[in-house]
Amino acid sequence: MRPELSFRSPDEGAGIEIHIAGEWLLDGDLPDVDGVLAAIREAGTGATLTFDTALLAEWDTGLVSTLVRIRQCADASDVSIDDSDLPDGAARLLRLAFAVGEREGARRSKQQKPFLMRVGERTQSVLARSMELLTFTGETVLSLGRMFRGRATYLKSDLVVYTQEAGAEALPIVSLISFLIGMIFAFVGVMQLNNFGAGIYTADLVAVAMVREMSPIMTAILMAGRTGAAYAAQIGTMKVNEEIDALTTLGLDPIDFLVSPRVIALIIMMPLLTMYGSLLGILGGLAVGMSMLDVSLVQYVQQTINAVGLNSLFGGLFKSVIYGILIAIAGCQQGMTCGNSAMAVGQSTTRAVVMSIVLIVVSASILTVVYINIGI
Amino acid sequence: MTDAHIKAENLTAAYGDFVVQQNLQFEIARGEVFIIMGGSGCGKSTILKILIGLKSPATGEVYFDNEPFWASDDAAQDQTKRKFGTLFQSGALWSSMTLAENIGLALKQYTSLSDAEIRDVAAYKLMLVGLAGFEDYYPNEISGGMKKRAGLARAMALDPDILFFDEPSAGLDPLSSRLLDDLILELRDSLGTTVVVVSHELASIFAIGDNSVFLDPVSKTQLATGDPKWLKDHHPREDVRNFLNRRTKDHEST
Repeated sequence: MRPELSFRSPDEGAGIEIHIAGEWLLDGDLPDVDGVLAAIREAGTGATLTFDTALLAEWDTGLVSTLVRIRQCADASDVSIDDSDLPDGAARLLRLAFAVGEREGARRSKQQKPFLMRVGERTQSVLARSMELLTFTGETVLSLGRMFRGRATYLKSDLVVYTQEAGAEALPIVSLISFLIGMIFAFVGVMQLNNFGAGIYTADLVAVAMVREMSPIMTAILMAGRTGAAYAAQIGTMKVNEEIDALTTLGLDPIDFLVSPRVIALIIMMPLLTMYGSLLGILGGLAVGMSMLDVSLVQYVQQTINAVGLNSLFGGLFKSVIYGILIAIAGCQQGMTCGNSAMAVGQSTTRAVVMSIVLIVVSASILTVVYINIGI
Repeated sequence: MTDAHIKAENLTAAYGDFVVQQNLQFEIARGEVFIIMGGSGCGKSTILKILIGLKSPATGEVYFDNEPFWASDDAAQDQTKRKFGTLFQSGALWSSMTLAENIGLALKQYTSLSDAEIRDVAAYKLMLVGLAGFEDYYPNEISGGMKKRAGLARAMALDPDILFFDEPSAGLDPLSSRLLDDLILELRDSLGTTVVVVSHELASIFAIGDNSVFLDPVSKTQLATGDPKWLKDHHPREDVRNFLNRRTKDHEST
């Protein structure tokens, strides 16, 4: 039977009797309650609300949540309620629901703020976040200073683990990507340069591109997604578990303990990975060159050696150190400023990767311009 | 055939080869508050996981209204699970949703109520647990005790037949823990819900328990079952009485 809700006022204005009939279950439809609420408001102060539930069949939360709305409306319009005719369980639940009043000021509205206000708040938060990143970078530099003077507390075993995670364990993916990029460059080079009979210069193209630009930037982007994200998630989860607070209360500086070893690990491993990536890229180019060009292995290798000077090599390695620092700082900073929920950890991780990649590309552009101007 | 609401028969819980508890045998009547108790690490929570369908038993079966649970197919299991409400130890509220959305998710999934009606129901459930007006808060904005109560409101969203509680008093102050006990009894009395509680809080065990099973980590099986108030003074085994009287072997309780 469908649920029914109706009302009548037996004596003029003295009270309202609400009829509740049928099955009131969450699984079914619930009747509209607005008519009854309007009648209660109209009856106003002093009236009494009674119930007639003779025809009520099964009921569950569907009924009680409607009764809650009726009672809220009745309380607001000073109408008293006689719940003696309600089923015993429903009356008890209704009383329980109103036993604890609403805490003052607890309710909040979900109202959309005006556009200008949102723009302003966003701008302020971007500025505040940039300041946080700068402050954090400063603190990390100070902490690295303490570390080199031997005054920072950290676990040497942690440093070893971070170095291994950021180095040896990254080799397979760096190998794959670098080798393929070297091959792609060589393909493009062979196709274009062969038109001018200058196919041998493919070796120069691949070697210079890999060593100066591609290997540092590709390795950095890989490491941002792999290691930077891991740093943000590790430190963020520690923040959620109050592990960072536990370090602080012990008198350990969380930056000394958690951030500096990670920065050092990346400073050590990034140039090594980059150098390894360059080598694999050149090998990829060599594989394509050997199969598509009419040159000997010795010629190709000789051409490569002539193309890459020490300045290109060290220029690339210097870049990779800078990228490593940026990745570590972005990852750790996002972890340290993480909120305290599972969602917040995900957000920090995403922000860490996005921030790393932006910082990498921006610094790559700046460094390239600087290199050209100082003639490296 | 018995008229037990829930019946565990010859239940053995194990992780791989490691047996946690074996040969458990107990019945839970409809509308009863049943306590699963025992010292830390005796496998209380594992047994709860088997009862709520999260982990399958190594051997044995759980019957709900005489229907075997683990022997039935996925669809039948889901049907049975819809009648459960579970309060996890620290609430386990979904952090990306407001309290109203946490409660509303089950309603959205299983009923045809409109969004406004779902909001009304969520508001009512939050009022029941004393959180009126907190609909639009996120879980990380409220205290631990409030999270627990909001978790209870979520567990009650679909008017479950059976409410499972994992350590309801853990992390609550004595007063909040007492209020939660009262709430559990009130819900049982108003709705006739069967309540299964995993707990080692003696005050709470005696306040709400009608029946119980006592698990022992050493022999890895149940030592006793019955009304905890009766077991406290009358059970033949000394270690059961000691647990319930908060005594160690050599020292009287203080």
